[in-house]
Amino acid sequence: MDVEEKRRISLVVNGRKIEREVSPRKHLGDFLREDLRLTGTHLGCEHGVCGSCTVIADGVLVRSCLMLAIQADGMVLRTVEGLAEPDGTLHPIQEAFHEKHGLQCGFCTPGMLTTLAAVIEENPSIDEAGIREAISGNICRCTGYETIVDAALSAAATMRQGA
Amino acid sequence: MGARYFGASVRRLEDPKLITGRGTYVDDISVAGMMHVAFVRSPHAHATINSIDASMAREMPGVHAVLAADDFEGKADKPMILPVPAPIIKQAKTQYPLARGSVHHVGDPVAVVVAETRALAEDAAAMVMVDYDPLPASVDLAHALDPGAPLAHADSPDNLIATLKGGFGDAAGIFAKAPHVFTERLELHRGGCHSMECRGVVVRPDPMGGRFEMWNSTQVPYMVRRYLAQYLGLEENAIRVAAPDVGGGFGPKAVVYAEEYAVSLAALHLGIPLKWIEDRREHFVATTQQRDQIWDLEVAADADGRLLAVRGTCLHDNGAYIPYGIVLAATAMAAFPGPYALESVDVTIHSIFTNMVPNTPVRGAARPNTCFVLERLVDLVAQKLGLDPAEVRRRSYVRPDQMPYTTGMKARDGSVVAYDSGDYQGCLDLAFAKYGADFRARQAAARAEGRYLGMGMASYVEDTGLAPFEGATIRVQPDGKIHLQTGAAAQGQGHKTVFAQIAADLLGVRFEDVTVEAADTAAFPLGIGTVASRVAVVGGSSVHMAATEVRTKAIKVGATLLEASESDLELEGGFVKVAGTDRKIGLGEIALKLNGLFGSPMMKGVEPGLAATSYFEARELTFANGSNICEVEVDVDTGAVKILRYVVAHDCGKLINPMLVDGQIRGGVVHGIGNALYERMIYDESGQPLTTNYGEYLLPLASEMPRIEIVHMESPSPRNPLGVKGAGEGGTIPAAAAVIAAVEDALAPFDVRIKRHPISPQDIVEMIDAGMPALAAE
Repeated sequence: MDVEEKRRISLVVNGRKIEREVSPRKHLGDFLREDLRLTGTHLGCEHGVCGSCTVIADGVLVRSCLMLAIQADGMVLRTVEGLAEPDGTLHPIQEAFHEKHGLQCGFCTPGMLTTLAAVIEENPSIDEAGIREAISGNICRCTGYETIVDAALSAAATMRQGA
Repeated sequence: MGARYFGASVRRLEDPKLITGRGTYVDDISVAGMMHVAFVRSPHAHATINSIDASMAREMPGVHAVLAADDFEGKADKPMILPVPAPIIKQAKTQYPLARGSVHHVGDPVAVVVAETRALAEDAAAMVMVDYDPLPASVDLAHALDPGAPLAHADSPDNLIATLKGGFGDAAGIFAKAPHVFTERLELHRGGCHSMECRGVVVRPDPMGGRFEMWNSTQVPYMVRRYLAQYLGLEENAIRVAAPDVGGGFGPKAVVYAEEYAVSLAALHLGIPLKWIEDRREHFVATTQQRDQIWDLEVAADADGRLLAVRGTCLHDNGAYIPYGIVLAATAMAAFPGPYALESVDVTIHSIFTNMVPNTPVRGAARPNTCFVLERLVDLVAQKLGLDPAEVRRRSYVRPDQMPYTTGMKARDGSVVAYDSGDYQGCLDLAFAKYGADFRARQAAARAEGRYLGMGMASYVEDTGLAPFEGATIRVQPDGKIHLQTGAAAQGQGHKTVFAQIAADLLGVRFEDVTVEAADTAAFPLGIGTVASRVAVVGGSSVHMAATEVRTKAIKVGATLLEASESDLELEGGFVKVAGTDRKIGLGEIALKLNGLFGSPMMKGVEPGLAATSYFEARELTFANGSNICEVEVDVDTGAVKILRYVVAHDCGKLINPMLVDGQIRGGVVHGIGNALYERMIYDESGQPLTTNYGEYLLPLASEMPRIEIVHMESPSPRNPLGVKGAGEGGTIPAAAAVIAAVEDALAPFDVRIKRHPISPQDIVEMIDAGMPALAAE
C-alpha cells in the first residue's frame, strides 16, 4: 500500500551507485538498514547521542538517525560494511578491534569503527586523549572503553607505518 | 593433554562477523509477510482505564489491526506467570500482557498496533484514544508503608510485597556489649541496564497453525519458551525461541516481558509474522531497572575496630510489579556478611510496590547495594576510631585458614552458605602492591596546593555459578570439525570462544574448528539462562564433561581401530595417535564410522555417533572476591570528580581467557562508576519519569573513564571440574562503594560524609558548603 509520497534519491554507498524512491520522513539509518539491507549500521538511541549509527558521509561523520535519507541525495557514504577492502582485507581499525578485544556485544561497534576509521585516517598521529575525545559521542556499555582506545592507538600506529 | 587454549588470551571467535557489519541481531531479521508492532503505553503512573477507542487508529493508512486485552477472546485475561514464587510474597502482582482496567506505571502497555511499517504503527498508536482516570501514585519510598500512603495498586491493602528477615548470631547481645556502635542511614539508586541494543522480538506463526518461532533479544530463551507455553496453553515443543546476536543484556533481558507475551498473542491471533523492536524511550519506561533502597543500619565493632555485627532495616523499591518475585531483596540479604567474619547479622528487608518501572536484577543484582552498605559501615568505623580503613578490613576479613567458611546465612534453597576458597586480605594486599604506598604523601602535597585528592577502597565476595544446571552436546563431524550445542545464551561475553577453548584442549583440535550453536531451543533441549555470573562455571563445566566423554569414546574406538592399547593413545592435531609413533586415525574418520553405513553393523558396545551430551549440576555456589582502590581528584569549586586511578585485584578462580575476564571487569567497573557519579533515573512526585533520553540520563563516556589496572589472584574453586568462578559482575559490585569512598576521602577537610549514590557535581558542592563550618572551625 502506497501511503506516502516518495522522492527519488541517488547516492553512492560503499562504492556502489544507488537509486531509490524513499519516504521524505525516513531517516538515513532506517534507509540503510531497511531499503539497502545494510544492517551493520545499528540504531541505539535514535536521538543522536549514542553514536551506534554513525556513518561517513562525504568524508564527514554523521549520525544516520539524525539525518533524513533524502538529505543524503548525491552524497558518497561509507558504512561499516565498506571499511574493509573489496578483497576482504580488513581496515586496520577492524583488525585492531579483534586483536585488542575492542568489542563485546558488538552493537556499538559499527559506530565506533566508522568514527575511528575516519578520525585515524585524518590524523594517524592522534594520541589517547584525542581518541577518547573522538569517541566521547559513542556509548559502549560493555567494554569500559579502554580496549577500544587501545585498539585505536594500535590501528593509528599501523596506519603511520603504512603511510 | 596439553592446555593450549585454557588460560590463554586467544582472540574471539565471535569477532569476525561483528567487526564487518555481518552480525545478526533481532532487528536484522525479516521474514516474509512480516508486519510491525508499536505499543500504546500508559502516560500515567497510576490510573483506571474507562475505555479504549481504536476506531480512528484502525482507519489510519497501513494499519492492519489494533488489539487491546479484550480483543483476544479471553486468551489475554490472566496476569503473566510469576517465575519465582515464594510463600512469603503477600501480593503476587504480575503485569498483564496488555492492561486490564488499570495501569501502574508510565509505560505500562495498553494496546498493540500492527501496521505495514513501524512508522505507520506509531502514527496510529498516537490516535488510539484511551480514557483514563488518574489515581494517586506511590512514588515516595521512604513513606510508602505509612498508613494512608498512596497505593501502587488501588485494590491492595498496602504497598508491602514481602518482608524478609535474615541473619545469624546473637545480635542483641553483641550490640548491648560492643565497645563501639555506630548508626547510619544510606540511600542507594542503581539505574537501568542500557544495553546498547534495546529489546525486541520477531514472532513467526507456523502456517500449519498451533506453533510459532520467536527470535528474541533475550538472556533466557528457555524461560521465554516455558512461560509462553504455560500462558498460551501450548506444548513447549510448539514454540521455538532463539536468541540471535544480542547487543548486551546486563540482567533486564533475563525477564520475560509483557511485550513478548503481547506480540506472541497478536501474531497467533492474526496469523501473521510480527516484529517489535523497543526504541530507546520505551527502554526507559518499560525495561526493568534497579531502583532505590533506603537502609537504616547499626554496626558493632570491638575495641580494636574489628567488625562484630551488623543489623538494620531496608526499604526496597520493587516498582509496580514483581516480574522476578523477591529475588532482588533476597540477593541483597544473601550478600551479607560479605568478606567479613561477623559474629552476627540481623537484617530486615521490606520489598515495596511503587508506581515506577518494575525492578529486576541489573548487573550485580542487589550485591552492589549490600557491598555499598557494608563498605560504608567499615569506613564509618575507621573514621570514628581514627583507623586506616584498610586496617579495619584486615582485622575483620574471613581468613584463608577458615575456608570453607560457613557464613551463618542461608541460601535461597535453605542450604548453608559456605565460601569455597579465597584470600581476601591477600587480594587487598595485591591491590595495594599495584597501587603503591605513597598516596597519603601525595594527598598532603596536593592539599598544600589547594587540590583535593582522595582514595577509597572496597572489598566484596560474590556468589557465582547459580544452580541448577546448564548442558552441552559435543559432536565430532565427519570432516573432523567439532559441533558444540548449548542452551546458554550470550550477550557479548564471548561464551563461544571460552567453550571452544575448553573443548579444543580436551579433543586435541584447533579451537577455530569448534563451532558453537547456542541459545536456540530447537538446537538444544534444556537450558536455564545467563544470569548471576553462572555460565562459565555451569555451562563451561558441562562443556568440559561432554568433551571428556567424547575424548574417552574416541580413545576407546581408536584403540580398536588402531589395534593399540587405550593407555598408549593421545589426541593431537585432530587425530587419535599412538604416542611416539605415526600410527593415527582422524577424529572425523572415527565419527564417520560411528555415524554408520547401510548394511554395515556397528562396533559392539559402542553407541552411534562420536558425540556426548552432559549437564553440569551446580550443587554449591562458587565465591569470587576482590578489592578495588579508586583515586580521585575533586574540584571543590565545581564539584567535578576526575578519577585518576582505578586498581582492581580480582579472584575468580582459574582464568579461562584472561583477556575476556579483564574485559568483563573493565565494563563492570565502568557500570559501577556510572552508578556512583552519573546514572540517575528521576521521577517527579506524580510518577512521571523525567530522564528518558541520553541527554537527561547520563552514561559513562570514554572522555571521563580512567584506565582500569587489573591484577589477578587465582584461588581455584573445588566445586567444579574447571576450578573457575564467575566473572560477569565482580567489576560492578564494589565500584560505586570505592568511588564514593574516594570522593569522601578527598572532601575530608570539609567533614563530608557521603551516604548515598549517585552524587552529582551539584550534590558535592552542596555537601562542601554544608561542611564549610567544620573547615572554618579547624
